[in-house]
Amino acid sequence: MIGMGAKLRERDAPAGDLRLANLTKRFGIFTAVDDLSLTIPQGSFFALLGSSGCGKTTTLRMIAGLEEPTSGQVLLGARDVTRLRPYKRPVNTVFQSYALFPHLDVHQNVAFGLRRRGKRSTDDDVMGMLELVQLRDYARHYPAQLSGGQQQRVALVRALVNHPQVLLLDEPLGALDLKLRRQMQIELKRIQTEVGITFVHVTHDQEEAMTMADTVAVMNAGRIEQLGAPAELYEFPATAFVANFLGQSNLLAAEAAGPAGSDVPVTAHGARFSVPADRARSDRGAVYLGVRPEKLHLVGSAAQVPSGHQHVEGVVTDASYVGVSTQYLVRTGWGSEISAFTANSGTGGQHPVGTPVVAHWDPRHAFLLPREPGQDDRTTPLLDEPVGAPS
Amino acid sequence: MTRVWRWLADRWVMGVALLVLGYLSLPIMVVAGLSFNRPSSRLSYDFDEFTLDNWRNPCATSDMCDAVVRSVQIGFIATVVATVVGTLMAFALVRHRFRGRSGINLLIFLPMATPELVMGTSLLALFVSAGVPQGFWTVVIAHVMFCVSFVVVTVKARLAGMDRRLEEAAMDLYASEWQTFRLVTLPLVLPGIVAAALLAFSLSFDDFIITNFNAGTTVTFPMYVWGAAQRGIPPQVNVIGTAMFVIALLLVGVSSLRGRRARRARIMSAVRPNGPS
Ligand SMILES: Nc1ncnc2c1ncn2[C@@H]1O[C@H](COP(=O)(O)OP(=O)(O)OP(=O)(O)O)[C@@H](O)[C@H]1O
Ligand SMILES: [Mg+2]
Repeated sequence: MIGMGAKLRERDAPAGDLRLANLTKRFGIFTAVDDLSLTIPQGSFFALLGSSGCGKTTTLRMIAGLEEPTSGQVLLGARDVTRLRPYKRPVNTVFQSYALFPHLDVHQNVAFGLRRRGKRSTDDDVMGMLELVQLRDYARHYPAQLSGGQQQRVALVRALVNHPQVLLLDEPLGALDLKLRRQMQIELKRIQTEVGITFVHVTHDQEEAMTMADTVAVMNAGRIEQLGAPAELYEFPATAFVANFLGQSNLLAAEAAGPAGSDVPVTAHGARFSVPADRARSDRGAVYLGVRPEKLHLVGSAAQVPSGHQHVEGVVTDASYVGVSTQYLVRTGWGSEISAFTANSGTGGQHPVGTPVVAHWDPRHAFLLPREPGQDDRTTPLLDEPVGAPS
Repeated sequence: MTRVWRWLADRWVMGVALLVLGYLSLPIMVVAGLSFNRPSSRLSYDFDEFTLDNWRNPCATSDMCDAVVRSVQIGFIATVVATVVGTLMAFALVRHRFRGRSGINLLIFLPMATPELVMGTSLLALFVSAGVPQGFWTVVIAHVMFCVSFVVVTVKARLAGMDRRLEEAAMDLYASEWQTFRLVTLPLVLPGIVAAALLAFSLSFDDFIITNFNAGTTVTFPMYVWGAAQRGIPPQVNVIGTAMFVIALLLVGVSSLRGRRARRARIMSAVRPNGPS
């Protein structure tokens, strides 16, 4: 920090946690962001997931100051920045559309923010950043001469080079191939921990969100459905949306009649199951009994089900071998299809299509979710991982 | 036979283009040729004898050169005013939602769509009834009026094609409103503004009908030529015409050359990645 201008130093003072308080944005009668409240601790990596059009970009724009909230507040530490102009906020954005300046070359694009903050010699910083994203040789190219992935990397370092308090990343790696994306993820994570920048990262890549983020929030129709550590969201989702948005889940329509002891007994399609009370988001009335496909084990007969496990019987209708695992679809007695992934670890034979099987699970791996009465089973009949929808 | 057809089919676009180009430039060629003519009589339009006298001495008739200077002055003032006002208007129309915006968008087209004759007479009626004496400044006012429309339309097109998110990105990168305008908006819109100014100047310089109604005793170059045509046009008029054409050609040439050179420089420096900035 020594040697930097006073202007820079002032901005580099830790700003504190980023807080959104009852943040709402309406476009006409349409509510894009609906009463959003959350706290993102300073220096943490926050991932925002959600289907297309659910309000992620709008949320980021309100944090950056590019969109004025209809109501609510944006706070940085103790400071209310809701009405602050974008250039007065220690916040930078990697835009979903890149928004590179077409009349400036790559070097000038990246130096733009440093220059505006009165930094004289920008060359070392800029070239260092370009090195990081493997674009050193492109410093004098213009954006129109770059590929989509190269432009995206320029957009990334143009924001990153400023070392803001909060970095907003709107699908910053979407245009990169898998290898480069993994490399960039590692670099981003490294910079984030080294420099202590608060990252708010929007992505469609679940794996990216899970591996990089300290906290993941799943957004749906302008609201946060659930927020927590990645493993927490995956192991114990709060809603059916989250259960199927993050990975896949078999959700069986069930009825619960309140806890009995430490368990919640439920009835689904005439069969009785039970789930530990601490795994129940709802324990009365219409519920979903949820089990992840990889937590389902297939055996040939009910006699092989380990004690303490619960099971349903069915017939294999589809089996696809994907190397590390085999993904099965099993049609249950009442007609729904549930999916089960089994690791190809050498033990246990394959189950050909058409053979009767018993799918069993440890009740501690199941969970209960609230269900709108009248809604039927929600199993994911897709055998492949749902791919993030392109924006 | 088919080969002949193929040959024709491959080249007919080129051929038509050349024909049209010839059609467009023939009158200019004639003017350029006649600028080197020493006519045998005042009313002769034949090429009689080659001379450089007209070019050596373009101000043979002093009132002609006065008219040229006056037209340049009017064109300059009208261009500056129309470009500034028109650019501001274009920004307002593209960037702000306000009551009557669509009405103004329509009104902008009116001066372009109205016959000049109607514009000229109605302006005259306005000046007379308002008691404004006609002369240099009424001509300027009239020229600003019709030039503004063209400026607005030209700049608007450029501005509408510009991505607003670039300005948001600039503001996100610590540029204030004014810096954003100076560093991002203006450089991107400037080609449109320059084109609009060139257009405005050429419209003003050669306007005759509206000017004629509102000039009083002021004589612009087109009015001089019109008057001279009755008595026989001095060959120096062709010199002025040719000179204007060459200047226009040079301006266009220089700007396109500069664009090309800038592009080449970019590519060159792109090849030498760590070259000086
Ligand atoms: N300026 C605007 N005027 C009207 N509606 C808007 C505007 N900006 C966004 N919206 C609407 O708000 C909703 C949320 O948009 P937003 O851009 O935040 O989505 P997103 O979650 O970023 O989606 P994606 O993943 O596709 O980028 C969308 O339904 C969109 O149509
Ligand atoms: Mg978006």
